Amino acid sequence: MSTVDSAVPAGGVPPNPWLPRPFRVEERVAETGDTVTLCLRPEDGTAPPPFAPGQFNMVYRFGVGEVAVSISGDPARPEELRHTVRAAGKISESLAGAAPGETVGVRGPYGTGWPMERLAGRDVVVVAGGLGLPPLRPALLEILAHRERYGRLEVIYGARSPPDLVYYDEVQTWRRRSDLRIQVTVDAAGREWYGDVGLVTARLPDARFDPPRTGALLCGPEIMMRLTARALEQAGVPADRIFLSMERNMKCGIGSCGHCQFGQSFVCRDGPVFPYSALRDRLDRREI
Amino acid sequence: MTDTRFPTPERIPIEDHPFFHGFDAGFLHRVGAAAEERTFAADEFLFHEGTPARAFYLVQEGKVALEIGAGGGPPLTIQTIGAREVIGWSWLVPPHRWRFDARALKPTRLHSIDAAALRAAIDADPLQGYRLLRRLVPVLAERLEMARLQVLDVHRR
Repeated sequence: MSTVDSAVPAGGVPPNPWLPRPFRVEERVAETGDTVTLCLRPEDGTAPPPFAPGQFNMVYRFGVGEVAVSISGDPARPEELRHTVRAAGKISESLAGAAPGETVGVRGPYGTGWPMERLAGRDVVVVAGGLGLPPLRPALLEILAHRERYGRLEVIYGARSPPDLVYYDEVQTWRRRSDLRIQVTVDAAGREWYGDVGLVTARLPDARFDPPRTGALLCGPEIMMRLTARALEQAGVPADRIFLSMERNMKCGIGSCGHCQFGQSFVCRDGPVFPYSALRDRLDRREI
Repeated sequence: MTDTRFPTPERIPIEDHPFFHGFDAGFLHRVGAAAEERTFAADEFLFHEGTPARAFYLVQEGKVALEIGAGGGPPLTIQTIGAREVIGWSWLVPPHRWRFDARALKPTRLHSIDAAALRAAIDADPLQGYRLLRRLVPVLAERLEMARLQVLDVHRR
């Protein structure tokens, strides 16, 4: 597969954005019954490109297809490229089944990241729903690595049921830290669950933050983000400091094909992270 | 049963709970006189589905799970309720029977208001009763929204 890279002209000519770079699956971690985390390394031994928290890659399962997947690794360690994938369709199912030693293609990173600079000096509220946690993980790691730059850190993580919680061990580690508060809630649970059951918005009153000086990062099902953004704005968080990571059917990743059009924006090029102030009207319209 | 009922020689200060902030003193006095403090151990039931709803609960501390039977399968927790929240509206709506099981998930302390006395207080003072309903409707709306999202199963889409 190294011929792919050797086909890229040297000497300042931009690399072809359509060409995936071959990466080897180093490790495959089962997160839930249908979700895995793949740890990838370039097959040519060079370093993967650096990424900003919130960006995504187009990940190619050769012979099957390509799918947009958020980067869930540590931005301080870009050499360990991590993607968490849920087997939800043909391509993601095949990707989630990739075994260590197999090769996948990677294009990217693409898209706008979480605006970390706009959170500096502020309380930060992070709200994740289901597989919304992986795109938020790099931002959380960035904040925890530079904890002194930020105010209070409140994390609310919701999932369908206890077995659907990803990064369970890491979440438990975060829970033991004194410099962040994390609340975990699920939509429904059996008797073995002694944690919270209910909407992530129901956990907001227990979060400690000063709304006028707070920034919020939201990622999860669109209806969850909509309800949460509304609740945060109602609590006094400025709409232009509530950020949502949108999901649409991304195909090219570079704003060429139009598959991910969201009103006047292409999610892959102009997003996936948008301020709520820019999205509010579009989120309420069923046709968009 | 480890349920403990404390003697209540004085009325319970229900206005300390956010649900009753801002009500008239006379109404609070009347309702507080119908309240008692109760504690439940972890895994102890407050009430069972189908039984008479004789109380309205103000949670002071702890956590309570609302559970429903899942068609012969194990019960399913559909919501948890914690400190500063309230439990139940079945006491207000005929036939005044609980629609869920409620089980304490950890040691829980509540103020339990006698439902018949509370209904009488509302009937006697419609203005305060209207204020109480305005506090209760958002609780119902939140539970309705929760049920809607559970039906949509948004995390699977």
